Amino acid sequence: MSRRELVAGATAAAAFSAVPLQAQAGNAGTDKPVTAKVSLTVNGQRRELELDTRTSLLDAAREHLQLTGSKKGCDHGQCGACTMIVDGRRINSCLTLAVMHQGSEITTIEGLGQPDNLHPMQAAFIKHDGYQCGYCTPGQICSGVAVLGEIKAGIPSHVTADLNAPMEATVDEIRERMSGNICRCGAYSNIVEAMTEVAGRQA
Amino acid sequence: MKSFTYERPTSPAEAAAAVARNPDAKFIAGGTNLLDLMKLQIETPSHLVDVNGLGLDTVEATQDGGLRIGALVRNTDLAADARVRKDYGVLSRALLAGASGQLRNKATTAGNLLQRTRCPYFYDTAQACNKRQPGSGCSAIDGVSRSLAVIGSSEACIATYPGDMAVAMRVLDATVETVDGKGKGRTIAIADFHRLPGDRPEVDTTLKPGELITAVTLPKPVAGTHIYRKVRDRASYAYALVSVAAILNKDGSGHVAFGGVAPRPWRLEAAEADLPRGAKAVTDKVFAGAKPTQDNAFKLKLAERTLSAALTQARA
Repeated sequence: MSRRELVAGATAAAAFSAVPLQAQAGNAGTDKPVTAKVSLTVNGQRRELELDTRTSLLDAAREHLQLTGSKKGCDHGQCGACTMIVDGRRINSCLTLAVMHQGSEITTIEGLGQPDNLHPMQAAFIKHDGYQCGYCTPGQICSGVAVLGEIKAGIPSHVTADLNAPMEATVDEIRERMSGNICRCGAYSNIVEAMTEVAGRQA
Repeated sequence: MKSFTYERPTSPAEAAAAVARNPDAKFIAGGTNLLDLMKLQIETPSHLVDVNGLGLDTVEATQDGGLRIGALVRNTDLAADARVRKDYGVLSRALLAGASGQLRNKATTAGNLLQRTRCPYFYDTAQACNKRQPGSGCSAIDGVSRSLAVIGSSEACIATYPGDMAVAMRVLDATVETVDGKGKGRTIAIADFHRLPGDRPEVDTTLKPGELITAVTLPKPVAGTHIYRKVRDRASYAYALVSVAAILNKDGSGHVAFGGVAPRPWRLEAAEADLPRGAKAVTDKVFAGAKPTQDNAFKLKLAERTLSAALTQARA
């Protein structure tokens, strides 16, 4: 799939997600919804939910927990706007079912920091203008925080020259590792600057 | 998405039995491919069997000096495993060349083997596709086929196997371990795991209904430079046009498999003796009988050049 197709798909999906939830359910045909109970710890708070089994973790947060920071861009794992940190790892929350996360610890952008208590990555994004429209930003920031954790943990990437040597948060490493987060405003270079600054602070 | 019932069994045999007794049931592990396809109603299971509670998530040394990789080991963890990085570099490299960080954190070893094609006609439910809807025809053959197969395809289907990990597994002679609905285990050589489409392109693998992958086993490490070289339309997060998984010595001898060119990882062991003679001698044999389309004939030259680059890297 080319970037152009990806953007077209993302636009269509964004338009579709604006349709009321009931209409979306109607689209699935006349089959009867099945519900299941799940308990999640979201941003440190235990939440008990009874959900249609089809509910993605993203929709559970947005539609059932009123945590609308995580965004639905493509809804197919291609854009990264839905990125959350689940059990310590960044994932596409649109491509996992809420019912598969019984007992999981979930951090969304709302849990990472608040307007009066910003996470260092949020502050760095503001300082370096790491966004324009802001739609991809919550996913970029969740991903960015996790990427620095992955580098610290010694997890290699496609551009790591020596698989058996320690790695650093170089510009090439950051760019490769952030490739699952698309920014159509093109704030990439500023995102890299923000992440580099936070990586420097951590080192 | 069609609605479905959901269960989370606690043993592999129980999980296999649950899928074996219900033809509409599917296993779900990482879900990164299945849920995508369910949203598009390309896959419409009425029951999901979540295998994430089964354990099967460790990498262990085998008695003959190899590794046994649990089916649920995540792609990130497998790529980062110290033994894999040191002794099976081609596998680490292939995993890291695939998907995005978020997807690799979720995607599993077994699920990676089972990912379905990314043929655009398979994904577009308005198009004829024998793999998606048997007997409906193939819009790809006379369509836009740049990304599709040049060899191993049939008159019914020219889809490619999209993965990277399996190409490395093929050059490493991996073995797939399974358990069926009756609790009986078997092993399948990776060479026999993915099927060629023939007149039944809807069947991707030789797994039987309800058969669950429990592990993938690697034989003891093969010395040489481990290389995974992937050529794609952008630098990251794209499927391969052509990829080469190779383990090569300084004299050029070694082993090689190709990705992005066929309905399964493509390897011809008989051609490997020619590796010291250079890339063309090998690819002439590996791709003998290829049937490219006008759109994708470039892949043959690209495969030769990609192997040539790998040989240069090994000789350096």
